[in-house]
This record gives sequence, C-alpha cells and structure tokens, in this order.
Amino acid sequence: MTQTTAQTTDTTVNNGVNVEALLGAREALDAAPEAAQFKWRTTCEWVNGTHSRSTIGGFFGLGQEQSRGKFFTVEADHPEVFAAEDNAPTPVEIVLSGLASCLTAGVAAVAQHRGIQLHSVTATIEGDMDIQGILGIDEDVRNGFGTIRVNFDIKADASDEDIKALVAQSQKRSAVFDIVTNPTNVFVTVND
Amino acid sequence: MKTVTTVIIGAGQSGLAMSKHLADRSIDHVLLERGEVANAWRTERWDSLRLLTPNWQSRLPGYAYSGDDPDGYMAMPEVTGFLQSYADTISAPVQTGTTVTSVRQTDGGYNVGTNRGDWRCPTLVLANGACGVAAVPKVADGLPPSVRSMTPLQYRNPRELDTGTVLVVGASATGVQLAQEIQASGRQVILSVGEHVRLPRLYRGRDIKWWMDVTGVMDMHYHEVDDIRRARRVPSLQLVGTPERATLDINTLRDSGVEIVGRLAGLRDGEAMFSGSLGNQCTLADLKMNRLLDTIDEWVSANARNDEFEPPHRFEPTQVATAPRLGMDLADGGVKTVVWATGYRPDYSWLDVPVFDRKGRIRHDGGVVDAPGLYVMGLPFLRRRKSSFIDGAGDDARDLAAHLGASLHRPAA
Ligand SMILES: Cc1cc2nc3c(=O)[nH]c(=O)nc-3n(C[C@H](O)[C@H](O)[C@H](O)COP(=O)(O)OP(=O)(O)OC[C@H]3O[C@@H](n4cnc5c(N)ncnc54)[C@H](O)[C@@H]3O)c2cc1C
Repeated sequence: MTQTTAQTTDTTVNNGVNVEALLGAREALDAAPEAAQFKWRTTCEWVNGTHSRSTIGGFFGLGQEQSRGKFFTVEADHPEVFAAEDNAPTPVEIVLSGLASCLTAGVAAVAQHRGIQLHSVTATIEGDMDIQGILGIDEDVRNGFGTIRVNFDIKADASDEDIKALVAQSQKRSAVFDIVTNPTNVFVTVND
Repeated sequence: MKTVTTVIIGAGQSGLAMSKHLADRSIDHVLLERGEVANAWRTERWDSLRLLTPNWQSRLPGYAYSGDDPDGYMAMPEVTGFLQSYADTISAPVQTGTTVTSVRQTDGGYNVGTNRGDWRCPTLVLANGACGVAAVPKVADGLPPSVRSMTPLQYRNPRELDTGTVLVVGASATGVQLAQEIQASGRQVILSVGEHVRLPRLYRGRDIKWWMDVTGVMDMHYHEVDDIRRARRVPSLQLVGTPERATLDINTLRDSGVEIVGRLAGLRDGEAMFSGSLGNQCTLADLKMNRLLDTIDEWVSANARNDEFEPPHRFEPTQVATAPRLGMDLADGGVKTVVWATGYRPDYSWLDVPVFDRKGRIRHDGGVVDAPGLYVMGLPFLRRRKSSFIDGAGDDARDLAAHLGASLHRPAA
C-alpha cells in the first residue's frame, strides 16, 4: 500500500532543482537501461607524506564519454596529531562530506518534487572511529567507522512529519548512503 | 484438440471470479487446474496460517462469508472450504488435475497444452497466481552448504527445522509471521529487515482492513496512482490474523526475543553482511503508517463520525538497537536454517508468447496483456490496490470479462 503524496510540482517552489529534467531522464533511462550505465573516476597523485591530490574530470554516462571541459581537485592529508602536515582534510572526513552532500542534494531534490520550499538545510555529521583498527593494535577493531550520525536542521514550508519524510526518502535514494551501509567489491591492481 | 471460447488457467479466487462473470455473459469457458479448487491455499501454505484479511472481507461476486464471526480470520481449511463451496455454487466448469505445460499463439488465438490433452481458444485468462514461485535474491547463491535454505512455499511448521538459530530474511507479512512462530518454538530467530509496510491490527477500535476499505484506499484504481510501477512493487503488509487480533511488528518481535538486523546485503565465505540502513527502513515505515492513520483521521472528521470511534492516537515508533549487528559468521552464530521470506513471483515458464519485459514481468495494462485475447489476473495492483486480495478478484473479473466479451464481437483484424 502506498499513500500518494502530492507529486505535482508546484511552480512557485524553487529549490534550484530541475525535477522535470530528472523525471524525464528516469522515463528515458527506463526505456534504454544501457544509457543508465555510468562510470565515475578520479585520479590521485601522491604529493608528499600523507598529502595527496585527486583530480576529477570526465566520466562515462548516457552511452558516451562526458567531458566536463574542466577539472576539480580534492586534496587530502592528515592532521598534526598523526605527525602529518595538515594540508587538507583527512580522506575519512571527505567520505563524511560526501555522505552529507549526497543526502543534502537528495533533500533538495525530493523537496522540489514534493512542492516543498526549503529555506535552509544544514547537515552535521559525525563518525566514530577506534583507531586501534588502522594502527593494527587490535585485530577485532575494524578500520572504518563504527557508527556515523547525521543530524539535519531544516527550515522549510512544511510540517515536521513532511520534513522527516524528505530526509528518509533522501536516504532511500542516496548513492553514498548505500556505499557506506552496504558492502561493495573493490578490486585493486598494480601496473607492471 | 478441444475448442472453447475462453480457457482460464487456475481455479483460485481469480479464476473462479472470472468464471462467474463469463458465465453471466454466457461465454463458454473451462478452468484448467493442476490440483483441486484453491490448490495454492491447500498445498502451498504453512500449517498455522490464517488470512490477514477479516472474514467479512472474503467477498466474491454473488457470494460472501456468512458465518457468525465476521471479524475473525480464516484458517486454511476454512479458506479452501469457502472457495470450494463458491465453485460449487456457481457450478464453475473446473477440470481438476490438469496442468498447463505450454501456451503458444496461433492464428486467432492460443493453443494450450496440458497433461490431459490440448485446448484451442481465442481468449485466455492467466489466473495461475501471483505467488507461484518464491523470489529468492541473488545473494542466496553465497549460502554455505551447511546451512539449510528454505522458502515459505516449503515451510510448514517450526518442528521441521533444526533446533539451531534461524535467519529469516524479509519482514513483510510472511517474514514477520514466520519469525514470530519460529521464535515461539524455542529457536532463536534473527530477522533481516529491508523495506516493509508497518500497520497496527486495530486502530480506533476497528480493524485496519476495515479502515482501508471504507476510506477507499483498497479501491484505488491504477490510473489514480502517480507511479504504478512503484505501487506494484510495494511489499505486503506486516499483519497477522489471530483470534486475539494482535499487532505484529518489529517492536513486538524484538520484545519476544527476535534479533533485528538490517537488510541482507551479502553472503561471502560463510559470513552474512547486513545493511546499516535499518534505522531508515524503520523510519520510512513509521512515517508511512502515520500517513495512513492521518488519512483515516481526516476521513472520520470529514464524515463527522468522530463520536463513533475511539479518539485518534499514534503508536510507539519502531525501536532499533543503537548498534544492530552488521555481520555474522553463520557457523559461529549457530545459524542452521535461512528462510527466504523475500516475496513471491508468478510462474509463466510455460507461456511461449512474447509478452515479457526485460525483467521477465508480463506486460499488461490493467490485466489486458500485450497480446490479443490474453488477460492476466491476481497480480499486485493489477487494476486496484486490492487486486491481489480475495476481495479484489470480483471487480477485476467484472472489468476484464467486459473487455474480453467486447473483443469477441470485434471483427478479426
Ligand atoms: C502466504 C500468503 C498469504 C496470503 N494471505 C492473504 C489474505 O489473508 N487475504 C487475501 O485476500 N489474500 C491473501 N493472499 C494473497 C492472495 O489472496 C493469494 O495469493 C491467492 O492464492 C491468490 O489467488 P489467485 O486465484 O489469484 O491465485 P492462486 O490461489 O495461486 O490460484 C492459482 C491456481 O492456478 C493453479 N495453477 C498454477 N499453475 C498452473 C498450471 N500450469 N496449470 C494448471 N493450473 C495451474 C494453481 O494450482 C492454483 O490453484 C496471501 C498470499 C500468500 C502467498
């Protein structure tokens, strides 16, 4: 049983998300699932110590290479307590940012689709980590996060229940939420 | 080769309701049934099962429950008795013990091959059930051979299981009912919970099924929903029919000792991995339940009937452990059995007509299949939210019989 929520896009609501384009893409990709096969990429260069720089450019999707015509860079390092230079956030903080960004984008898209005007959205995220894992002190402790907590503070023209439903739906459709909550096969190769 | 205007495959409620409407239109037809009338209810259900729909809701064209317990829930012998006496009342032309093994398209119709001779017909109704096969997910391939794998179509009662821990995968109607019964038998149950639909048995003093009926939720037509593909995939309701009219949800299962874990995300090297999405799955279900309760409260107010019912209230949110387990070694955890309560799908393995989409689902518009003279019944949200229920067979059969009747008078193209 599904309850129908208001699915008509209210033109007076503007969260800067083009829902019509997204819905159109959904229809088109349902008919042509090959076009839905995407590949996302990044190239990471070691700089010095624990400092590295990733460059992000094109990706593959809609059946062809997609050149953005520009590049982004994301740097990572470790803080001084790890005897590093702290030139940039740690990779795990970038993962947390990725999760927060993905959920926040989802909130905006779902709100637009449901005709809810947003005024502000702030996601605060915290991940617990027992570093005995990465330091190899205790075999029973995992390297990654034990628990991740996300808190949303949202101001919008909607009831508390409707706002909670936005956040729940955003998690349901989030790629990064899926990546961190479910296992993924990772294959690493080394050039000769 | 015998000839008839309409062959109906299957003599469950769908086939019988169609038979009644065809008879009313004087369309000659036969029901081919591999077992007896109500075969699925006789042979494919577990011993303790009762309907989750109340007795008064067992309604078929020109026929309804007439016993003295309208709010009770039928056990399987009552369901089969109910359908058998319906078949007798309408004198349904059922040919029992007849298994359809092939269906091929011919000039102006279909050739239906069975273990007892072939039939030729211009119109064919697939009423062979939406739940013929247990839908077991791909991850099941990773199950170690030491663990017994079981589907709800095989399960009969907990005594047939090893006394070790049982992992029940799926928390819709089947999963929660089996988890409850197996835990009560003294076996530890771990319930893996993905998307589910939480509902209270009673609300404001009435059965939730009564509310969904009077508010029109069950009658909702497939043209009225925004995303019918999504609506057809919504899992079954977390409900059980018991004499106590008790609610069965994640909270009651947890209180009875069942361990609640996330969706089964992988099985590798004897290790089960559970998704960290459990909290959100439960939040989604709570929010959805509350939207339905809001709909009910609005209906009561709009009809000025507040005096007739208990006051509105809300149920305790689903409580999830602070750190549900994310993985377990099945052998170390003493898991001896996995029950795949991960849904069902229809069996069309014998249907040699090009009417399937890329996921193997039959292409149809409200039961009118994408091939001349071919109809399907009983699938989830086929024409209405109630289509897959006993109570939904009648309206769908009426609509589809009308379409079928009209097609017979159309000159062949
Ligand atoms: C566990 C469970 C509990 C349910 N509880 C409820 C409930 O409480 N209330 C409710 O309203 N609904 C309930 N349903 C849903 C629904 O009512 C049942 O699935 C019901 O059996 C569907 O009726 P049907 O006539 O569409 O199909 P079925 O009852 O499955 O009938 C199909 C018939 O076709 C026959 N058949 C199949 N293949 C062939 C073939 N190749 N040749 C010849 N014959 C064939 C079968 O033997 C069977 O008799 C439940 C379903 C399940 C699985």
